[in-house]
Amino acid sequence: MVQATETAPAATGTQKKPIVPFLALEDGEPYLKGTKCPKCGAHYLGARMACSKCFNTEGFEDVKLSREGEVWVYTIVYQSFPGAEVPFVGAIVDLPEHVSVRCNLKNVKADPEHVKFGMKVRMKTGPVDYKDKEGNMQTRKDREGNEVIAFWFEPVSGA
Amino acid sequence: MRDVFVLGVHMIKFGRYPEKTVPELGADAVIGALKDAGMTMSDVEIVTCGNLYQSNAMVGQRVMQIVGQTGVPVVNVSNACATGSTAFREAYFSVASGAYDVAMAIGVEQMGKMGLLGGGGGAGDPAYSTEGVLGTGIMPGVFGMAGVEHMRKYGTTLEQFAQISVKNHKHAMTNPLSQYQVEVSLEDVINARMVAYPNTLYMCCPTGDGSAAAILVSEAKAKQYTSKPIKVAASVLTSDPYTERDLTLPDINTLTKNASKEAYEKAGIGPEDLDLIELHDCFATAEMLHYENLGIAGEGEAGRLVDEGATSIGGRIPVNASGGLLSKGHPLGATGVANVYEVVQHLRGNRGAGQVEGAKVGLAHVIGLGSACTIQILTN
Repeated sequence: MVQATETAPAATGTQKKPIVPFLALEDGEPYLKGTKCPKCGAHYLGARMACSKCFNTEGFEDVKLSREGEVWVYTIVYQSFPGAEVPFVGAIVDLPEHVSVRCNLKNVKADPEHVKFGMKVRMKTGPVDYKDKEGNMQTRKDREGNEVIAFWFEPVSGA
Repeated sequence: MRDVFVLGVHMIKFGRYPEKTVPELGADAVIGALKDAGMTMSDVEIVTCGNLYQSNAMVGQRVMQIVGQTGVPVVNVSNACATGSTAFREAYFSVASGAYDVAMAIGVEQMGKMGLLGGGGGAGDPAYSTEGVLGTGIMPGVFGMAGVEHMRKYGTTLEQFAQISVKNHKHAMTNPLSQYQVEVSLEDVINARMVAYPNTLYMCCPTGDGSAAAILVSEAKAKQYTSKPIKVAASVLTSDPYTERDLTLPDINTLTKNASKEAYEKAGIGPEDLDLIELHDCFATAEMLHYENLGIAGEGEAGRLVDEGATSIGGRIPVNASGGLLSKGHPLGATGVANVYEVVQHLRGNRGAGQVEGAKVGLAHVIGLGSACTIQILTN
Protein backbone atom coordinates (compact mmCIF):
# COMPACT_ATOMS: atom_id res chain seq x y z
CA MET A 1 0.00 0.00 0.00
CA VAL A 2 1.30 3.41 -0.90
CA GLN A 3 1.49 5.72 2.08
CA ALA A 4 -0.45 8.93 1.68
CA THR A 5 2.57 10.94 2.82
CA GLU A 6 4.90 9.48 0.21
CA THR A 7 5.87 11.98 -2.46
CA ALA A 8 6.17 11.03 -6.11
CA PRO A 9 9.77 10.45 -7.14
CA ALA A 10 11.32 13.56 -8.69
CA ALA A 11 11.88 13.47 -12.42
CA THR A 12 15.48 12.39 -12.87
CA GLY A 13 18.15 13.65 -15.21
CA THR A 14 16.47 16.96 -15.88
CA GLN A 15 17.28 19.12 -12.90
CA LYS A 16 19.92 21.49 -11.59
CA LYS A 17 20.96 20.29 -8.14
CA PRO A 18 22.93 22.36 -5.60
CA ILE A 19 26.28 20.83 -4.59
CA VAL A 20 25.42 21.46 -0.92
CA PRO A 21 22.01 21.74 0.77
CA PHE A 22 22.63 25.34 1.89
CA LEU A 23 22.87 26.65 -1.68
CA ALA A 24 19.36 27.83 -2.67
CA LEU A 25 18.60 27.67 -6.38
CA GLU A 26 14.84 27.41 -6.24
CA ASP A 27 13.64 30.98 -5.77
CA GLY A 28 15.10 33.62 -8.06
CA GLU A 29 18.72 34.69 -7.73
CA PRO A 30 20.72 31.93 -5.98
CA TYR A 31 21.78 32.58 -2.39
CA LEU A 32 23.26 30.80 0.61
CA LYS A 33 20.78 29.69 3.23
CA GLY A 34 21.62 30.67 6.78
CA THR A 35 20.11 30.25 10.21
CA LYS A 36 19.91 32.79 13.01
CA CYS A 37 19.70 31.83 16.66
CA PRO A 38 16.83 33.91 18.14
CA LYS A 39 18.43 33.82 21.59
CA CYS A 40 22.04 34.92 21.04
CA GLY A 41 21.99 36.12 17.43
CA ALA A 42 24.68 33.72 16.18
CA HIS A 43 24.39 33.00 12.46
CA TYR A 44 25.17 29.71 10.76
CA LEU A 45 25.45 28.33 7.26
CA GLY A 46 22.58 25.95 6.61
CA ALA A 47 20.05 24.50 9.03
CA ARG A 48 20.69 23.96 12.75
CA MET A 49 19.29 21.59 15.38
CA ALA A 50 20.73 23.73 18.18
CA CYS A 51 22.92 26.76 18.70
CA SER A 52 26.51 25.72 19.20
CA LYS A 53 27.24 29.05 20.92
CA CYS A 54 24.37 29.33 23.46
CA PHE A 55 22.85 25.80 23.21
CA ASN A 56 19.33 27.08 22.41
CA THR A 57 17.27 24.49 20.54
CA GLU A 58 14.19 26.42 19.44
CA GLY A 59 12.87 29.11 17.14
CA PHE A 60 15.66 29.33 14.57
CA GLU A 61 15.08 31.86 11.81
CA ASP A 62 15.91 31.25 8.15
CA VAL A 63 18.17 33.94 6.75
CA LYS A 64 19.05 34.76 3.16
CA LEU A 65 22.78 35.40 3.48
CA SER A 66 24.42 38.29 1.63
CA ARG A 67 25.95 37.56 -1.75
CA GLU A 68 28.88 39.87 -1.06
CA GLY A 69 31.63 39.53 1.51
CA GLU A 70 35.34 39.96 2.17
CA VAL A 71 38.27 37.58 1.91
CA TRP A 72 39.49 36.67 5.39
CA VAL A 73 42.25 34.19 4.46
CA TYR A 74 43.16 31.93 1.57
CA THR A 75 45.59 29.31 0.38
CA ILE A 76 46.67 28.28 -3.07
CA VAL A 77 46.35 24.54 -3.47
CA TYR A 78 48.80 22.85 -5.84
CA GLN A 79 48.25 19.24 -4.80
CA SER A 80 44.74 17.91 -4.40
CA PHE A 81 42.54 14.91 -5.05
CA PRO A 82 42.47 13.43 -8.55
CA GLY A 83 40.02 15.40 -10.66
CA ALA A 84 40.44 18.71 -8.83
CA GLU A 85 41.93 21.31 -11.15
CA VAL A 86 45.09 22.81 -9.59
CA PRO A 87 46.24 25.31 -8.72
CA PHE A 88 43.13 26.85 -7.25
CA VAL A 89 42.58 29.55 -4.66
CA GLY A 90 40.73 28.19 -1.63
CA ALA A 91 39.45 30.92 0.65
CA ILE A 92 37.43 31.78 3.72
CA VAL A 93 35.02 34.61 2.94
CA ASP A 94 33.38 36.55 5.76
CA LEU A 95 29.79 37.65 5.10
CA PRO A 96 28.27 40.69 6.85
CA GLU A 97 26.04 38.38 8.95
CA HIS A 98 29.19 37.08 10.75
CA VAL A 99 29.08 33.82 8.83
CA SER A 100 32.17 32.48 7.12
CA VAL A 101 32.06 30.51 3.89
CA ARG A 102 34.68 28.14 2.54
CA CYS A 103 34.90 28.59 -1.21
CA ASN A 104 36.99 28.86 -4.32
CA LEU A 105 38.00 32.31 -5.48
CA LYS A 106 37.81 32.68 -9.23
CA ASN A 107 38.75 35.42 -11.68
CA VAL A 108 41.82 36.25 -9.62
CA LYS A 109 45.33 35.04 -10.39
CA ALA A 110 46.35 32.07 -8.20
CA ASP A 111 49.22 34.00 -6.70
CA PRO A 112 49.69 35.68 -3.28
CA GLU A 113 50.45 38.96 -5.04
CA HIS A 114 46.93 39.09 -6.41
CA VAL A 115 44.73 37.73 -3.64
CA LYS A 116 44.28 40.53 -1.10
CA PHE A 117 43.10 40.32 2.50
CA GLY A 118 39.79 42.11 2.87
CA MET A 119 39.17 42.01 -0.87
CA LYS A 120 35.47 42.54 -1.67
CA VAL A 121 34.05 39.50 -3.39
CA ARG A 122 30.66 38.48 -4.78
CA MET A 123 29.05 35.05 -5.03
CA LYS A 124 28.44 33.46 -8.42
CA THR A 125 26.92 30.12 -9.27
CA GLY A 126 27.22 27.72 -12.17
CA PRO A 127 28.02 24.19 -13.23
CA VAL A 128 31.29 22.51 -12.22
CA ASP A 129 33.60 22.25 -15.22
CA TYR A 130 36.20 19.54 -15.52
CA LYS A 131 38.36 17.91 -18.18
CA ASP A 132 37.42 14.35 -19.11
CA LYS A 133 39.96 11.61 -19.95
CA GLU A 134 40.16 12.83 -23.54
CA GLY A 135 40.83 16.38 -22.35
CA ASN A 136 37.43 17.73 -23.33
CA MET A 137 35.64 20.16 -21.02
CA GLN A 138 32.56 18.67 -19.38
CA THR A 139 30.18 19.74 -16.65
CA ARG A 140 29.60 17.57 -13.62
CA LYS A 141 26.45 15.46 -13.62
CA ASP A 142 25.31 13.21 -10.80
CA ARG A 143 24.45 9.53 -11.20
CA GLU A 144 20.92 10.43 -12.20
CA GLY A 145 22.13 12.84 -14.85
CA ASN A 146 21.26 16.02 -12.95
CA GLU A 147 23.58 18.96 -13.46
CA VAL A 148 25.46 19.84 -10.24
CA ILE A 149 25.52 23.57 -9.48
CA ALA A 150 28.25 25.06 -7.28
CA PHE A 151 28.98 28.53 -5.94
CA TRP A 152 32.22 30.49 -5.82
CA PHE A 153 33.26 34.05 -5.12
CA GLU A 154 35.09 36.51 -7.33
CA PRO A 155 36.35 40.07 -6.93
CA VAL A 156 33.63 42.70 -7.12
CA SER A 157 35.89 44.98 -9.16
CA GLY A 158 37.77 42.53 -11.42
CA ALA A 159 41.23 42.21 -9.86
CA MET B 1 43.13 11.83 42.08
CA ARG B 2 46.59 10.48 42.79
CA ASP B 3 49.95 10.98 41.08
CA VAL B 4 50.81 8.91 38.02
CA PHE B 5 54.26 8.01 36.71
CA VAL B 6 55.64 6.77 33.40
CA LEU B 7 57.66 3.67 34.26
CA GLY B 8 58.37 2.33 30.79
CA VAL B 9 58.15 3.70 27.27
CA HIS B 10 59.20 2.61 23.83
CA MET B 11 58.77 3.53 20.19
CA ILE B 12 59.86 1.88 16.97
CA LYS B 13 61.58 3.78 14.19
CA PHE B 14 58.86 5.44 12.15
CA GLY B 15 58.85 4.49 8.49
CA ARG B 16 57.15 2.02 6.20
CA TYR B 17 56.58 -1.59 7.21
CA PRO B 18 54.42 -3.14 4.50
CA GLU B 19 55.46 -6.63 5.64
CA LYS B 20 53.95 -6.17 9.11
CA THR B 21 50.38 -6.08 10.37
CA VAL B 22 49.03 -3.30 12.61
CA PRO B 23 48.95 -5.59 15.70
CA GLU B 24 52.53 -6.70 14.98
CA LEU B 25 53.68 -3.08 14.88
CA GLY B 26 51.86 -2.48 18.18
CA ALA B 27 53.40 -5.59 19.73
CA ASP B 28 56.92 -4.32 18.94
CA ALA B 29 56.23 -1.20 21.00
CA VAL B 30 54.56 -3.15 23.84
CA ILE B 31 57.45 -5.60 24.23
CA GLY B 32 59.90 -2.68 24.27
CA ALA B 33 57.90 -0.69 26.82
CA LEU B 34 57.52 -3.69 29.16
CA LYS B 35 61.25 -4.32 28.99
CA ASP B 36 61.92 -0.66 29.70
CA ALA B 37 59.63 -0.86 32.75
CA GLY B 38 61.04 -4.16 33.96
CA MET B 39 57.58 -5.72 33.76
CA THR B 40 55.73 -8.43 31.87
CA MET B 41 52.19 -8.54 30.53
CA SER B 42 51.09 -10.20 33.78
CA ASP B 43 51.73 -6.90 35.59
CA VAL B 44 49.48 -4.82 33.30
CA GLU B 45 45.95 -4.27 34.66
CA ILE B 46 44.36 -2.31 31.81
CA VAL B 47 45.27 -1.50 28.21
CA THR B 48 44.24 1.47 26.09
CA CYS B 49 45.05 1.33 22.40
CA GLY B 50 45.00 4.23 19.98
CA ASN B 51 44.59 3.51 16.28
CA LEU B 52 42.67 5.36 13.61
CA TYR B 53 42.51 3.45 10.34
CA GLN B 54 41.50 0.10 11.87
CA SER B 55 39.41 1.63 14.62
CA ASN B 56 36.57 -0.80 13.89
CA ALA B 57 38.84 -3.83 14.23
CA MET B 58 39.82 -4.34 17.90
CA VAL B 59 43.49 -3.49 17.45
CA GLY B 60 44.22 -3.53 21.21
CA GLN B 61 42.89 -7.07 21.63
CA ARG B 62 44.77 -8.22 18.54
CA VAL B 63 47.99 -6.85 20.04
CA MET B 64 47.22 -8.81 23.23
CA GLN B 65 46.73 -11.95 21.16
CA ILE B 66 50.40 -11.56 20.19
CA VAL B 67 51.97 -10.34 23.45
CA GLY B 68 49.84 -12.11 26.05
CA GLN B 69 46.13 -12.73 26.56
CA THR B 70 45.71 -11.86 30.21
CA GLY B 71 42.02 -11.04 29.93
CA VAL B 72 42.33 -7.52 31.36
CA PRO B 73 40.14 -4.65 30.08
CA VAL B 74 41.18 -3.30 26.68
CA VAL B 75 39.81 0.02 25.42
CA ASN B 76 40.26 1.01 21.79
CA VAL B 77 40.51 4.74 21.18
CA SER B 78 40.24 6.95 18.13
CA ASN B 79 40.51 10.75 18.17
CA ALA B 80 42.03 11.86 14.85
CA CYS B 81 45.70 12.87 15.23
CA ALA B 82 45.18 12.96 19.01
CA THR B 83 44.37 9.23 19.03
CA GLY B 84 47.55 8.02 20.75
CA SER B 85 47.63 10.89 23.21
CA THR B 86 43.99 10.26 24.11
CA ALA B 87 44.87 6.59 24.77
CA PHE B 88 47.69 7.85 27.00
CA ARG B 89 45.27 10.08 28.88
CA GLU B 90 42.79 7.22 29.37
CA ALA B 91 45.62 5.12 30.82
CA TYR B 92 46.58 8.09 33.01
CA PHE B 93 43.05 8.33 34.43
CA SER B 94 42.87 4.59 34.97
CA VAL B 95 45.73 4.98 37.46
CA ALA B 96 44.96 8.51 38.73
CA SER B 97 41.44 7.42 39.70
CA GLY B 98 42.83 4.68 41.92
CA ALA B 99 41.07 1.96 39.94
CA TYR B 100 44.29 0.43 38.58
CA ASP B 101 47.97 0.51 39.56
CA VAL B 102 49.45 -0.37 36.16
CA ALA B 103 48.04 0.78 32.82
CA MET B 104 49.48 0.51 29.35
CA ALA B 105 48.86 2.94 26.50
CA ILE B 106 49.58 1.82 22.95
CA GLY B 107 49.60 4.01 19.85
CA VAL B 108 49.94 2.34 16.47
CA GLU B 109 49.27 3.19 12.84
CA GLN B 110 49.99 1.84 9.39
CA MET B 111 49.36 4.41 6.69
CA GLY B 112 51.70 3.26 3.94
CA LYS B 113 51.93 5.88 1.25
CA MET B 114 48.45 7.16 1.93
CA GLY B 115 48.21 10.62 0.41
CA LEU B 116 46.29 13.74 1.35
CA LEU B 117 44.01 13.45 4.36
CA GLY B 118 40.74 15.15 5.12
CA GLY B 119 38.39 16.92 2.75
CA GLY B 120 34.91 15.67 2.27
CA GLY B 121 31.52 15.84 0.71
CA GLY B 122 30.26 13.68 -2.10
CA ALA B 123 29.45 10.69 0.09
CA GLY B 124 27.39 8.43 -2.11
CA ASP B 125 27.93 10.36 -5.34
CA PRO B 126 31.33 11.83 -6.25
CA ALA B 127 29.58 14.52 -8.31
CA TYR B 128 28.86 16.23 -4.98
CA SER B 129 32.43 16.18 -3.68
CA THR B 130 33.43 19.70 -2.69
CA GLU B 131 37.25 19.59 -2.58
CA GLY B 132 38.61 22.09 -5.05
CA VAL B 133 35.09 23.32 -5.80
CA LEU B 134 34.06 24.86 -2.49
CA GLY B 135 37.58 25.72 -1.40
CA THR B 136 39.70 23.18 0.46
CA GLY B 137 39.20 20.98 3.51
CA ILE B 138 42.22 18.72 3.11
CA MET B 139 44.87 19.11 5.77
CA PRO B 140 47.50 20.99 3.70
CA GLY B 141 44.83 23.49 2.67
CA VAL B 142 43.45 23.97 6.18
CA PHE B 143 46.89 24.44 7.74
CA GLY B 144 47.89 26.64 4.82
CA MET B 145 44.98 28.95 5.61
CA ALA B 146 45.80 28.83 9.34
CA GLY B 147 49.30 30.03 8.45
CA VAL B 148 47.99 32.72 6.13
CA GLU B 149 45.81 33.93 8.99
CA HIS B 150 49.00 34.42 11.04
CA MET B 151 50.57 36.27 8.10
CA ARG B 152 47.52 38.51 7.88
CA LYS B 153 47.43 39.30 11.60
CA TYR B 154 51.13 39.65 12.32
CA GLY B 155 53.04 39.95 9.05
CA THR B 156 54.67 36.53 9.42
CA THR B 157 56.61 35.50 6.31
CA LEU B 158 56.93 32.30 4.33
CA GLU B 159 60.65 32.33 5.19
CA GLN B 160 59.87 32.27 8.92
CA PHE B 161 57.59 29.25 8.47
CA ALA B 162 60.25 27.60 6.29
CA GLN B 163 62.88 28.13 9.01
CA ILE B 164 60.86 25.83 11.29
CA SER B 165 61.19 23.04 8.75
CA VAL B 166 64.96 23.64 8.53
CA LYS B 167 65.20 23.40 12.33
CA ASN B 168 63.15 20.22 12.68
CA HIS B 169 65.00 18.46 9.88
CA LYS B 170 68.26 19.41 11.57
CA HIS B 171 67.03 18.08 14.92
CA ALA B 172 66.14 14.74 13.32
CA MET B 173 69.80 14.18 12.41
CA THR B 174 70.40 13.10 16.04
CA ASN B 175 67.30 10.87 16.19
CA PRO B 176 67.81 7.38 14.75
CA LEU B 177 64.08 6.67 15.19
CA SER B 178 63.11 9.46 12.79
CA GLN B 179 61.44 8.44 9.51
CA TYR B 180 63.66 10.90 7.66
CA GLN B 181 67.18 12.04 8.49
CA VAL B 182 67.78 14.58 5.78
CA GLU B 183 69.17 18.02 6.49
CA VAL B 184 67.61 20.76 4.37
CA SER B 185 68.61 24.40 3.83
CA LEU B 186 66.26 27.37 3.84
CA GLU B 187 66.61 27.48 0.05
CA ASP B 188 65.74 23.78 -0.22
CA VAL B 189 62.56 24.33 1.78
CA ILE B 190 61.48 27.49 -0.02
CA ASN B 191 62.25 26.08 -3.47
CA ALA B 192 60.56 22.72 -2.87
CA ARG B 193 57.29 22.32 -4.71
CA MET B 194 54.37 24.16 -3.19
CA VAL B 195 51.69 21.88 -1.72
CA ALA B 196 49.31 24.51 -0.34
CA TYR B 197 50.58 28.06 0.18
CA PRO B 198 52.59 28.80 2.24
CA ASN B 199 53.55 25.17 2.99
CA THR B 200 55.99 23.58 0.53
CA LEU B 201 56.70 19.85 0.50
CA TYR B 202 59.28 20.01 3.32
CA MET B 203 56.82 21.98 5.43
CA CYS B 204 54.31 19.09 5.36
CA CYS B 205 54.71 15.97 7.52
CA PRO B 206 54.94 12.61 5.76
CA THR B 207 52.55 9.69 6.17
CA GLY B 208 54.01 6.44 7.45
CA ASP B 209 53.86 3.52 9.87
CA GLY B 210 54.88 3.39 13.49
CA SER B 211 54.06 2.49 17.07
CA ALA B 212 54.82 3.52 20.62
CA ALA B 213 53.74 2.31 24.04
CA ALA B 214 53.95 3.57 27.62
CA ILE B 215 53.46 1.93 31.02
CA LEU B 216 51.81 4.24 33.55
CA VAL B 217 51.85 3.35 37.24
CA SER B 218 50.94 4.59 40.70
CA GLU B 219 53.60 6.08 42.97
CA ALA B 220 53.83 2.99 45.16
CA LYS B 221 54.28 0.78 42.13
CA ALA B 222 56.87 3.12 40.61
CA LYS B 223 58.97 2.98 43.78
CA GLN B 224 59.15 -0.82 43.54
CA TYR B 225 60.84 -0.59 40.16
CA THR B 226 62.88 2.63 39.97
CA SER B 227 64.37 5.45 41.98
CA LYS B 228 63.86 7.88 39.09
CA PRO B 229 60.28 7.71 37.84
CA ILE B 230 58.93 10.33 35.43
CA LYS B 231 55.84 12.06 36.80
CA VAL B 232 52.83 12.94 34.68
CA ALA B 233 52.22 16.40 36.15
CA ALA B 234 49.23 17.08 33.90
CA SER B 235 47.22 15.24 31.27
CA VAL B 236 44.62 17.40 29.56
CA LEU B 237 42.18 16.96 26.70
CA THR B 238 40.03 19.68 25.13
CA SER B 239 37.68 19.94 22.16
CA ASP B 240 36.97 22.94 19.95
CA PRO B 241 34.71 25.43 21.71
CA TYR B 242 32.43 27.75 19.71
CA THR B 243 34.34 30.45 17.88
CA GLU B 244 32.94 32.40 14.95
CA ARG B 245 34.82 30.74 12.07
CA ASP B 246 35.51 27.30 13.62
CA LEU B 247 32.84 25.48 11.61
CA THR B 248 34.32 26.82 8.36
CA LEU B 249 38.05 27.05 9.12
CA PRO B 250 38.87 24.76 12.06
CA ASP B 251 40.21 26.98 14.85
CA ILE B 252 43.32 25.15 16.04
CA ASN B 253 44.28 27.95 18.42
CA THR B 254 41.51 28.30 20.98
CA LEU B 255 41.36 24.67 22.10
CA THR B 256 45.18 24.56 22.37
CA LYS B 257 45.20 27.72 24.47
CA ASN B 258 42.50 26.23 26.68
CA ALA B 259 44.45 23.00 27.05
CA SER B 260 47.75 24.70 27.87
CA LYS B 261 46.14 26.97 30.46
CA GLU B 262 44.56 23.99 32.17
CA ALA B 263 47.74 21.92 31.96
CA TYR B 264 49.92 24.66 33.47
CA GLU B 265 47.43 25.14 36.30
CA LYS B 266 47.31 21.41 37.04
CA ALA B 267 51.10 21.09 36.95
CA GLY B 268 51.55 24.27 38.98
CA ILE B 269 54.04 25.68 36.49
CA GLY B 270 54.15 28.23 33.69
CA PRO B 271 55.51 28.08 30.14
CA GLU B 272 58.74 29.69 31.39
CA ASP B 273 59.43 26.56 33.47
CA LEU B 274 59.53 24.23 30.45
CA ASP B 275 62.86 22.80 29.30
CA LEU B 276 61.56 21.23 26.10
CA ILE B 277 58.41 20.85 24.04
CA GLU B 278 57.28 18.25 21.55
CA LEU B 279 54.38 19.87 19.70
CA HIS B 280 52.16 19.01 16.77
CA ASP B 281 54.01 20.33 13.72
CA CYS B 282 51.89 18.49 11.15
CA PHE B 283 52.75 21.50 8.99
CA ALA B 284 55.39 24.17 9.58
CA THR B 285 52.63 26.76 9.89
CA ALA B 286 51.11 24.83 12.81
CA GLU B 287 54.30 24.92 14.87
CA MET B 288 54.45 28.72 14.58
CA LEU B 289 50.89 29.10 15.85
CA HIS B 290 51.46 26.75 18.76
CA TYR B 291 54.39 28.83 20.09
CA GLU B 292 51.76 31.40 20.98
CA ASN B 293 49.08 28.86 21.92
CA LEU B 294 51.43 27.21 24.42
CA GLY B 295 52.52 30.57 25.80
CA ILE B 296 56.24 30.42 24.92
CA ALA B 297 55.68 33.50 22.73
CA GLY B 298 53.27 36.40 23.17
CA GLU B 299 50.50 37.01 20.62
CA GLY B 300 52.11 37.84 17.29
CA GLU B 301 55.63 37.19 18.57
CA ALA B 302 56.17 33.63 17.35
CA GLY B 303 58.00 34.81 14.24
CA ARG B 304 60.55 36.57 16.41
CA LEU B 305 61.12 33.37 18.39
CA VAL B 306 62.02 31.67 15.10
CA ASP B 307 64.31 34.55 14.06
CA GLU B 308 66.16 34.27 17.38
CA GLY B 309 66.61 30.50 17.06
CA ALA B 310 65.09 30.15 20.52
CA THR B 311 63.38 26.85 19.68
CA SER B 312 66.47 25.04 18.38
CA ILE B 313 68.37 22.59 20.56
CA GLY B 314 70.67 24.85 22.56
CA GLY B 315 68.13 27.67 22.41
CA ARG B 316 65.96 29.03 25.20
CA ILE B 317 63.16 26.48 24.73
CA PRO B 318 63.93 23.63 22.30
CA VAL B 319 60.87 22.53 20.33
CA ASN B 320 60.64 19.19 18.55
CA ALA B 321 64.10 17.91 19.40
CA SER B 322 62.92 14.62 17.88
CA GLY B 323 62.66 16.17 14.43
CA GLY B 324 58.95 16.71 14.92
CA LEU B 325 56.21 15.32 12.74
CA LEU B 326 57.88 17.06 9.80
CA SER B 327 60.87 14.74 9.94
CA LYS B 328 60.28 12.04 12.56
CA GLY B 329 56.97 11.24 10.85
CA HIS B 330 53.32 11.13 11.83
CA PRO B 331 51.70 7.69 11.91
CA LEU B 332 48.54 9.19 13.39
CA GLY B 333 47.72 6.79 16.23
CA ALA B 334 51.36 6.47 17.33
CA THR B 335 52.20 10.17 17.43
CA GLY B 336 50.75 11.04 20.84
CA VAL B 337 52.64 8.26 22.63
CA ALA B 338 55.83 8.77 20.64
CA ASN B 339 56.10 12.40 21.73
CA VAL B 340 55.89 11.23 25.36
CA TYR B 341 58.71 8.78 24.54
CA GLU B 342 60.86 11.65 23.29
CA VAL B 343 60.21 13.84 26.34
CA VAL B 344 60.93 10.94 28.72
CA GLN B 345 64.32 10.28 27.08
CA HIS B 346 65.37 13.89 27.75
CA LEU B 347 64.06 13.84 31.32
CA ARG B 348 66.01 10.65 31.98
CA GLY B 349 69.10 12.16 30.36
CA ASN B 350 69.18 9.23 27.92
CA ARG B 351 68.71 11.01 24.64
CA GLY B 352 72.34 10.90 23.49
CA ALA B 353 73.48 13.38 20.85
CA GLY B 354 70.23 15.37 20.81
CA GLN B 355 69.94 15.62 24.61
CA VAL B 356 68.46 18.86 25.98
CA GLU B 357 70.93 19.33 28.84
CA GLY B 358 69.50 19.31 32.34
CA ALA B 359 65.89 18.87 31.19
CA LYS B 360 63.52 18.67 34.16
CA VAL B 361 60.11 19.61 32.70
CA GLY B 362 58.78 18.71 29.26
CA LEU B 363 55.50 19.20 27.46
CA ALA B 364 53.96 16.97 24.78
CA HIS B 365 51.18 18.45 22.65
CA VAL B 366 48.94 17.00 19.95
CA ILE B 367 46.02 18.37 18.01
CA GLY B 368 43.64 16.30 15.95
CA LEU B 369 41.39 18.15 13.56
CA GLY B 370 37.75 18.04 14.13
CA SER B 371 39.06 18.86 16.87
CA ALA B 372 40.86 17.37 19.89
CA CYS B 373 43.88 18.76 21.74
CA THR B 374 45.93 16.91 24.32
CA ILE B 375 48.75 18.15 26.49
CA GLN B 376 50.86 16.04 28.82
CA ILE B 377 53.36 17.72 31.12
CA LEU B 378 56.09 15.43 32.42
CA THR B 379 58.69 16.05 35.14
CA ASN B 380 61.62 14.11 36.52
